[in-house]
Amino acid sequence: MVSASQDGKLLIWDTFTGNKLVAVPLKSAWVMSVAFAPSGNLVASGGLDNMCTVYNIKAASPKTLRELDAHTGYLSCCRFLSDSEILTASGDTTCCLWDLETGKQKIIFTNHIGDCMSLALSGDMNTFISGACDSLAKLWDLREGTCKQTFSGHTSDINAISFFPSGNAVITGSDDCSCKMYDLRSDQEVIGYQDTSLNAGVTSLALSNSGRLIFAGYDDFNCHIWDSLKGEKVGVLSGHDNRVSCTGVPEDGMGVCTGSWDSFLKLWN
Amino acid sequence: MNCVALPRMSSKTHSSNNIAHARRTVQQLKIEASIERIKVSKASADLMNYCSEHARNDPLLMGIPTSDNPFKDKKPCTIL
Repeated sequence: MVSASQDGKLLIWDTFTGNKLVAVPLKSAWVMSVAFAPSGNLVASGGLDNMCTVYNIKAASPKTLRELDAHTGYLSCCRFLSDSEILTASGDTTCCLWDLETGKQKIIFTNHIGDCMSLALSGDMNTFISGACDSLAKLWDLREGTCKQTFSGHTSDINAISFFPSGNAVITGSDDCSCKMYDLRSDQEVIGYQDTSLNAGVTSLALSNSGRLIFAGYDDFNCHIWDSLKGEKVGVLSGHDNRVSCTGVPEDGMGVCTGSWDSFLKLWN
Repeated sequence: MNCVALPRMSSKTHSSNNIAHARRTVQQLKIEASIERIKVSKASADLMNYCSEHARNDPLLMGIPTSDNPFKDKKPCTIL
């Protein structure tokens, strides 16, 4: 697992033992996003420096491979397609596909009118989804560079977005304290996840392997668990002493990890 | 149809920029409006089917027996 903190470090962990395997000092401590390449050879991070820095962690000591510098706003999210391509989302309202071999932008995705906060890649890597401060979620064609669909309904910034594992739906989490599921093929919202007792914004979310459970991190220091089909809260992960800022489920689906402003990462199952 | 709020235009912006921008917005809305959509009843059924087909491969849903839990604290001695 890779994590980055505003203490200026990027860490790679063995999640079974809790040991730190690699530590990468960050040039800029104001990190907002971190990503692992599917190969495990590269990691990327970025934030208020407006750049996405890619590191080779398989070298004897971690080496900076590329500094991707063209966004005019903060880097809010980055995701690798492979060791040669990475997608970034930025506070400058654009998303961008980069060629890691040249370090240049291949495609710039423009259509949002607010800071892009989060993105997620489809399983087949032909499309991706983005959530932004304009309260919209958008589906993009990765190769054509065009926006295919727009989903509205949230009344505030969308901070988190994820594909449902079938690839046919999208889950979003917002500062309006709700999560929503939008179905791609019917082009509309199908379920909302909100509770009058929950008055905190959603910062992050991750789904269990079947898509049945949504783990959503909130500003109220908890990660609440929703039944994605029934729209009901089914549990809560309490234990952090500050806002939960990131949530993730590994590929084998064996647990869920929450990261918080309390500086801890907790693994739950 | 989804409605997208148009961004505010500064009154100092040249009027032809406004028109060009509005044209692009309308063009994008036309593209998005013209996609083929399936019925929500079919979409929901597919979502439910997906969940039930994959439920048994979802450790967080089904629970993980302690003996199989890779994250539990290791005992000092392991039998190889």
